[in-house]
Amino acid sequence: MAFRIRRIEFTADGRKIVRDLDVVSGELTLGRAAENDIHLADLALDARHARLVLRPDGRVMIEAVGNLGFTLDGSTTRSVSIDPATGAELGFGSYRLGVSRDVDGAVLLTLQRIDAGGSDDGFDPKRSFTLASVMPSRRMLAWLLAAVILGLFLAIPVASNLNRGSDPKIRSISDSSWSPGPLSASHHGLEGSCKSCHVKPFESVRDNSCKACHKTAHDHAQPARLADARAAPPLGERLLQSVAKGFGKPGPGACVNCHTEHEGAGQMEPTRQKFCADCHGTLKDRLTDTKLGNAADFGTLHPEFAPRIVTDARTRKVTAVSLASNPREDNGLIFPHKLHLDPRGGAAKMAVNLGKSAGYGQALGCANCHRPTEDAVRFKPVNMVRDCESCHSLAYDKVGLTFRTLRHGDIDQMVADLRASDHGAVPIVSSRRRPGDYASGGTYFANFAVPAAGLSSVERALSRGGVCGECHTALAGGVKPGVVPVTQVSRFMAGGWFDHRPHAQQKCSSCHAAERSSTSADLLLPDIKQCRTCHLGEGISTAKVPSGCAMCHTYHPSPMAPKQNRDERKQMAVGRKAED
Amino acid sequence: MATASPKRTQLGRKVNTDHEGFLRLAGFRWLKIALTISIATSIGYIVADFQPRPNGGSWYGYTLGTIGAGLIVWLALLGVRKRAMTSGGWSLKSWTSAHVYLGLALIVIATLHTGFQLGWNVHTLAYMLMLVVIGSGVFGIVVYSSLPSALSANREEMTETQMVEGIAAVDRQLNDAAQPLSLTYSDLILTALNEDPFRQGLWRRLSGKYSGGATELAIAACDSAGPVPADPAIARVEALLRRRKAQLDRMRRHLRLKALLEVWLYVHVPTTIALLAALIAHIFSVFYYW
Repeated sequence: MAFRIRRIEFTADGRKIVRDLDVVSGELTLGRAAENDIHLADLALDARHARLVLRPDGRVMIEAVGNLGFTLDGSTTRSVSIDPATGAELGFGSYRLGVSRDVDGAVLLTLQRIDAGGSDDGFDPKRSFTLASVMPSRRMLAWLLAAVILGLFLAIPVASNLNRGSDPKIRSISDSSWSPGPLSASHHGLEGSCKSCHVKPFESVRDNSCKACHKTAHDHAQPARLADARAAPPLGERLLQSVAKGFGKPGPGACVNCHTEHEGAGQMEPTRQKFCADCHGTLKDRLTDTKLGNAADFGTLHPEFAPRIVTDARTRKVTAVSLASNPREDNGLIFPHKLHLDPRGGAAKMAVNLGKSAGYGQALGCANCHRPTEDAVRFKPVNMVRDCESCHSLAYDKVGLTFRTLRHGDIDQMVADLRASDHGAVPIVSSRRRPGDYASGGTYFANFAVPAAGLSSVERALSRGGVCGECHTALAGGVKPGVVPVTQVSRFMAGGWFDHRPHAQQKCSSCHAAERSSTSADLLLPDIKQCRTCHLGEGISTAKVPSGCAMCHTYHPSPMAPKQNRDERKQMAVGRKAED
Repeated sequence: MATASPKRTQLGRKVNTDHEGFLRLAGFRWLKIALTISIATSIGYIVADFQPRPNGGSWYGYTLGTIGAGLIVWLALLGVRKRAMTSGGWSLKSWTSAHVYLGLALIVIATLHTGFQLGWNVHTLAYMLMLVVIGSGVFGIVVYSSLPSALSANREEMTETQMVEGIAAVDRQLNDAAQPLSLTYSDLILTALNEDPFRQGLWRRLSGKYSGGATELAIAACDSAGPVPADPAIARVEALLRRRKAQLDRMRRHLRLKALLEVWLYVHVPTTIALLAALIAHIFSVFYYW
């Protein structure tokens, strides 16, 4: 007996079955084919895989005969010689072949299948049919996502905010993820510096934060008056206010109530008319002593304009008078617009005669006398020397070829000049005569000397139709000769802001009925009805220009233009730059 | 969860079924409620006056935000509620019906709450996560109402265990039949036997595309031996391989349909929890920087 082949198998319930087969031959074949001495049904083996030979010295020689090798103690080999007394373990596919010497001296080949070859290991059919077998668990995913979000967007910003002291310049980490939208252009520098405004956690933005920079913003009115003026808000607003109050927001009238931020980059939105109308729409009901008329919407509820006009030229008293009462102005000047603007009148003819070189050349127009200010918002006062003297000559004497001219606006000089030239003759009167003068500030320098006997030319000059009296009214009953001062109002609407420039496409006459005015007592201002042909309330999309309160008015009293007007001008400037 | 039972009669335009699915429960009661809510909130949005523009911080924004947050929490509670099946007016089915339709109404409520102001921030993150949750839920509804019939048709009344055992039986026969074959064939067949339908990744399960599988390759190799192979063992193995392929295909279709029926939950559930986290961060941050 040379070899003993011992096959070890297991039943389904794990019971071990051992079968021994003694082989006399000294040589054995091993392989998948059935004719082998050791037949192993394993597709991983060659049909004839290996040969086992018992050598005379008692060692067993094993060599592969096919293409594939086998393993010896785990490493692949093709040929090996084993002393059965020492023993070894060989691997053929899924079979393990132990070589040893049995007690009776036979070479014992112990054959055992390592695994059944299937995929039974850890196979759970129920689980395998679901995605749980190929996906991470839903619970794990959920916790992971939640932890990441809470960490990044809650824990880190809060920790960073709390640990960074009170210096708003040091920015917190990750709290920009809390910003609901970009800040407006004017606050862009504060972007990311949340603590500049949000000073304390869970405390809403206070006025102090705003006032730290906006030091010159004035209150709209006395706080007590403001509180009285405020109407009860509608239900939704009241609800919001009570919620806001519950959460510690500052009450109505705080900066942030009107100036909402994080509304997107670009200019801050102009304040809507609702903010004004809340109080002003029914102001008289609550502030019975107010001089202001109710105003809620330019198109439907707005008082008639009350321009500040000169009501007494002598005292230069300026009073706000409603256009509804058809007011007359007394500015001290005698000036018929109609006469000057008549295209077939003498003034027109004279302008044509003066020619282009003198700045005229055709019938007089508004621009010949009314020059816009540098910002083109309104007009400079009419200047006698610049705007009138071309026609209204002040020449009073002629020496050789040179005319001597009175100095406009200086009564003493005028008296002295005329007196010195008063040689009894009729003074030089050219075909051009002209009225008085204004200094640049609009003031008439009435500084008259005592009228003396013999100053007949002065009297003549001041008399109605004289060189002065043509446009000025002589001061009667005074000790000194003089004229009623002329006051030119450059801004009629002090409470609102009117900008001529956006109206440049319009003709002057579409608002100012100057051609029909034959006296300077006519107030050539358009009334609200006129403005309403284009301007209606902000919500009126059919209006040519939907106009909110902020277009003309500003909440914080200021001599400057309303912010909306400034923003529009800025945009126009940017547009022009882009065009260049 | 099925929307229609096989036992149904149709008289004219009226469909009678003895089973009422959660979608058409009580004459689409929750659909009507959800539509009413959506239309009412939309009208409110148009009518109410917000200055300077609509956003989550207006009184209407707070109202919608509170409703939306409450709704999200309630919708998420289906995960708890579903573990207790009850019947009646507040049955699980009724709850599920409400979950679906109120979840859809949430799109309107939350979108109006945003005032269409979106950006790269935690607030929009919460909104987007909510849309992902709702979108995956809609996908779930669609597959729940369309795939079960396909799943049942594909099974041909076999159970999952029978499918596994069917393949195992073919495999055993294949293993035996392939023993006489040369190593070239036996290698291919061994690889084919080791091809486990369950060991494929998510993408293959969802797409159902398994071209170039080991079983297919083995069939191709047997094919190359000619239409009638000289070796009868090859012919037998090829026949077995084709049976294996057919069973494998059925199994894979089954796995694909099951994966489609299930995969939305892998988005829906974790994203819901992520949404709740983002919602906490959203609300907290608003009051922190109040």
